[in-house]
Amino acid sequence: MKMTYVQGIPILRPYIDFDNEEFWKAHQEGKLVFQQCKNCGLTVHRPRPMCPRCLDTEPNWVESTGLGKIYSWTTFRYDRAAYPGIQVPYIVVLVDMVEGVRMLSNLEGVEPEDIEVGMPVEVFFDRVDDDLVLPKFKRRET
Amino acid sequence: MTSFKNRAAVVGIGLSPFTENCGKTELRTTCETIKTALEDAGLTPRDVDGMIKQTDDASDEHAVTSAMGMPNLTYYGETRWNGAPCGMMMRAAIGIAAGSCHTVVICRAVNGGSKLRTVPSMRTSGQMSTSDLLHWTFHAPFGLSVETGSVAMMTRKYMAQYGIDKDAFGDIVNVCRENGARNPDGFFYQKEMTLDEYQKSDMLIDPLRKLDCRQEMDGAAAFIVTSLERARDLKQTPIAILGAAQATLPDTESMAGLYRKDIAGMPEVAAVGKRIFEMAGVTPADIDTAQLDDSYSPLVPIQLEELGFCQKGEGVPFCSGGDQIRLNGKIPVNTAGGSLGEGHIHNMNHIIEAVRQLRGTSINQVKDASLGLVVSGAGGPASGLILGR
Repeated sequence: MKMTYVQGIPILRPYIDFDNEEFWKAHQEGKLVFQQCKNCGLTVHRPRPMCPRCLDTEPNWVESTGLGKIYSWTTFRYDRAAYPGIQVPYIVVLVDMVEGVRMLSNLEGVEPEDIEVGMPVEVFFDRVDDDLVLPKFKRRET
Repeated sequence: MTSFKNRAAVVGIGLSPFTENCGKTELRTTCETIKTALEDAGLTPRDVDGMIKQTDDASDEHAVTSAMGMPNLTYYGETRWNGAPCGMMMRAAIGIAAGSCHTVVICRAVNGGSKLRTVPSMRTSGQMSTSDLLHWTFHAPFGLSVETGSVAMMTRKYMAQYGIDKDAFGDIVNVCRENGARNPDGFFYQKEMTLDEYQKSDMLIDPLRKLDCRQEMDGAAAFIVTSLERARDLKQTPIAILGAAQATLPDTESMAGLYRKDIAGMPEVAAVGKRIFEMAGVTPADIDTAQLDDSYSPLVPIQLEELGFCQKGEGVPFCSGGDQIRLNGKIPVNTAGGSLGEGHIHNMNHIIEAVRQLRGTSINQVKDASLGLVVSGAGGPASGLILGR
């Protein structure tokens, strides 16, 4: 299943700020990065102003392997309960990354009937608009 | 230590009709339900010196005081999202117990059906809070633009973790609609639902069917809370606030905390439950009715687990067939229908029904009900309340 965006309805944009801009910028270069505390090494997602473990405010941005497993998912099936800019059905997933963080994204190339908790996935980058690249996931053959 | 336990009581309630389009401003329905609640209590706007509202609510305290001519307001504030209502009761009780005020109005109006809302929805508003921005920045670009999607993912994990069958939540919806069908104040009066209808209901956001989800509508509710001493001289049986609490934890979000290790639970509800049971000095076995957040049907069994009415993972078997949560069951749930069977006003009507049960005036009266529990905002920032007479 591939996602189809509806012409004329803008994709909702992330609100980019000082705390999260490194995450979004990296996608333009085809990289997925996570915030890692310089002091204690804790990796977190989503980006935040302070390490929740040691309260340090200096992060490193480390490149992810892009590998993870499906933690949960849903299929948006009904247009009135979905975002009108994306044609239903589309799949939203929670992925547990090997770096130990969870991220929310889309899954493409897989039918909903074939998804299961724990399914291995890997990231790919989709340029959905001139200025917006989204990190999405596809099935990973193991 | 000073406690607000048993210091304040609900003495007035007001509930608007639930409609698809009420043809009124939210400020007007707010004022109308406050008027009803004041009349119910035998009080006037001059008696009010406190007001608590919800953060998303359009009717600010200065708009209401102007509209209703309340000359004595000196204590006000607000609590957050769907988890607000029981927390609003707590704020009122604390203000009264601390001596900051005597008589507090609690109100909430939403034109959810007509969409004639004074506050624009979060997705079009330029006035989002930091937590809203965090939520939408990392979710909306992927098409998760409604909270139903978060609840769907929580539900999926819950089903996978505990081996729950497709359509297992139908019995919960059925009980809410059964109670609501007898309730002339409700949106679903005389509209029972069959399990067949449930199973044929549209799949909105897998695994949630249309009938698993509360319907947006227009409605408003208001309460009058005053000190227990003053309450004894008023018209109605005082319904005392015996315990109330709120909880927000790391990774709490609106409706479902998707980033915590195990999302098939509601630690906020557990935290709230622990505190209100301790404060009221009672246990789940003592509770006569539970008015739980049923914005989405799967929230109900998870709340029963987190509050200790059954074991973890046993919420769905507990609700299976519906008998244990019906009026004569082990714990009667959402006796006026709740959000799924009475109407959706962000859990305010759940407190109204808890009060009716304790006054002995519910349309689905549980015999000798003396302790009522309410939960608002299950899955997200939650609040809880134990009322008694």
